[in-house]
Amino acid sequence: MSFLVLEDISKVFPTAVGVEKFDLSVERGEFISFLGPSGCGKTTTLRMVAGFESPTTGRIILNGEDITDRPPNQRNVGMVFQSYALFPNMTVAQNIGFGLKIRKEPESAIKQRVAEMLALIHLEQKGNSFPHQLSGGQQQRVALARALAIRPQVLLLDEPLSALDAKIRVSLRAEIRAIQRQLGITAIYVTHDQEEALSISDRIVVMHEGKIEQVGTPFEIYNFPTTRFVANFVGSLNTAEVEVMDPSAGIVAMNGIRLTSASDLKEKRKGDKVMIAIRPERIGFIAEGEKENVFDGKVENITFLGSVVRIQLRVGGTVFNMDTFNRPSLQLPQTGDTVRVTCSSKAVLVLSE
Amino acid sequence: MKKNVFWNWFWIFISLVYFFIPLYATFNFSLKARKGELSLLAYQQMMEDPRILRSLIFSTEIGLLTILLGLLLMVPTVYLVRLKAPRLRPVIEFISLLPFVIPAIVLVFGLIRTYSGGLLPLTNNYTGLNFLLIAGYVVIGLPYLYRSVDAGMSAIDVVTLTEAAQSLGASWPTIMLRVIIPNLRSAMLGAAFLTLAIVLGEFTLATFLVGLKAFGPVIWQVGQNRAYEASALVIVSFIITWVLMGLINFVGRRGAADGSVAAGPR
Ligand SMILES: Nc1ncnc2c1ncn2[C@@H]1O[C@H](COP(=O)(O)OP(=O)(O)OP(=O)(O)O)[C@@H](O)[C@H]1O
Ligand SMILES: [Mg+2]
Repeated sequence: MSFLVLEDISKVFPTAVGVEKFDLSVERGEFISFLGPSGCGKTTTLRMVAGFESPTTGRIILNGEDITDRPPNQRNVGMVFQSYALFPNMTVAQNIGFGLKIRKEPESAIKQRVAEMLALIHLEQKGNSFPHQLSGGQQQRVALARALAIRPQVLLLDEPLSALDAKIRVSLRAEIRAIQRQLGITAIYVTHDQEEALSISDRIVVMHEGKIEQVGTPFEIYNFPTTRFVANFVGSLNTAEVEVMDPSAGIVAMNGIRLTSASDLKEKRKGDKVMIAIRPERIGFIAEGEKENVFDGKVENITFLGSVVRIQLRVGGTVFNMDTFNRPSLQLPQTGDTVRVTCSSKAVLVLSE
Repeated sequence: MKKNVFWNWFWIFISLVYFFIPLYATFNFSLKARKGELSLLAYQQMMEDPRILRSLIFSTEIGLLTILLGLLLMVPTVYLVRLKAPRLRPVIEFISLLPFVIPAIVLVFGLIRTYSGGLLPLTNNYTGLNFLLIAGYVVIGLPYLYRSVDAGMSAIDVVTLTEAAQSLGASWPTIMLRVIIPNLRSAMLGAAFLTLAIVLGEFTLATFLVGLKAFGPVIWQVGQNRAYEASALVIVSFIITWVLMGLINFVGRRGAADGSVAAGPR
């Protein structure tokens, strides 16, 4: 059995459904992200693992024990909050040692563990500072150390970086991931930032309106989204509704343009409507001899995004984004030009919904 | 722009005059106990009157017990409402404002009628009367107690701090004693000083329940036939109140510097 199992969890609030039919198995040492837009139930699910909410239905099993009805202070689960939630009346060292003091560990053991934790977060000098004397990034590192000091079975983080500015966010997330790897601790990380989730997770759980849309590695989520929601939420996919022409050959028609898809269409019949998705970076200007999936688009807009240039094309009735590397040799079209572009059949993904 | 600044100062000046002229007049009057010269005679006589000192001590004691009972009632209540039933907050806030609407005279007759017989007779002995007085003062102090404690809890995001402590293994008593109360220290001190100031000057409840044992009725009685000393008493109680206010301000500002920054963004 997996280390942490959420079994058919749902949470119904008096006014809203928070989470529905949530099934997930997490392996020991895995780094899982819950990714989704605001209000999709990420926090609610995390709080059920922590014990702050009790599920309406379902069970939570941690290391073989059913903890569904166990109060939060008996779960041995570490929690890191968006607002840091350090105790303002205690020094950094007292904050980190708080959980050990509660456990009545001897003073010398606490001291040693606190020193260890301070070294782990590179704040050896700050043990006697008060939280308000630290920067936001430092405070969050202390909160992380405080949660880890008790050697929790699972570390839960609810948007721990969203109160920090962009630069610190990137460096601190790398630090969190490094510490998690070093300690081999199982972690669940809540975020609505897809880049964050993609960059640090072993697996991502994409959520939408209280339900799981897709579970997979960052590679799978990014390259092979299975639903329209995931395709739109992760990265910025082009989606379009198409008509199936030849299910066995994978041929579909988009406003009269014939496209070949490498995805499986055998379940469909001729004339069915399906959704397809194409990543902007998989569309390119046509090279010599290209015949498959060639279509024309009218350039509507060109945006520089640093290392890539995003070209907005009108293809038939829909607007497609096309990303191309911003190299000096790049010959850009003008707005209003019609360009001929292409993509491989592997890039044309058929979505399940 | 310039005109604006002028009018600002104008109104500030008017309100200062409004507040200080009566005070100055009272002070001036209190110095004229001896004919034809300014002296502290009234203050001296006041200090020599044992009733005054005794009543001041009695009222201070009552005030301290009021603070104790009030905080014991309000801190857990405000905390639990924030934690478990945030939707009840407007209701609690409304209840805490009721003492502003219900006159003290109504309150005291209600207390006397209810507790003069029946199941719980309290008005036939001193302990019972003192207890009724304290209970009544807790009610009168409720708006101030509630507001200070609630503001203190707003400053530290009690809900998240509680959850953080819980996830670290803390039980309810531990959370209360080690996390919540230490962070409410300045808010509780503020509530305490305000309550004390109210109890020291209160007249209606004190008159009907304990009479001249309390400071408020004594000021009033002295004022009936010894005008200079009454003025001196008023000035002294003003000074006591102001010193308390200054202390609140001092402690509050230090508390804000400690608490609000550390609570971080929500
Ligand atoms: N205590 C509650 N009472 C009623 N409804 C709630 C409560 N907590 C959450 N909800 C509802 O449950 C749903 C999921 O909320 P949740 O906080 O889990 O979302 P989230 O994914 O964490 O969003 P965000 O990114 O904004 O933090 C929302 O519709 C929310 O309104
Ligand atoms: Mg949330």
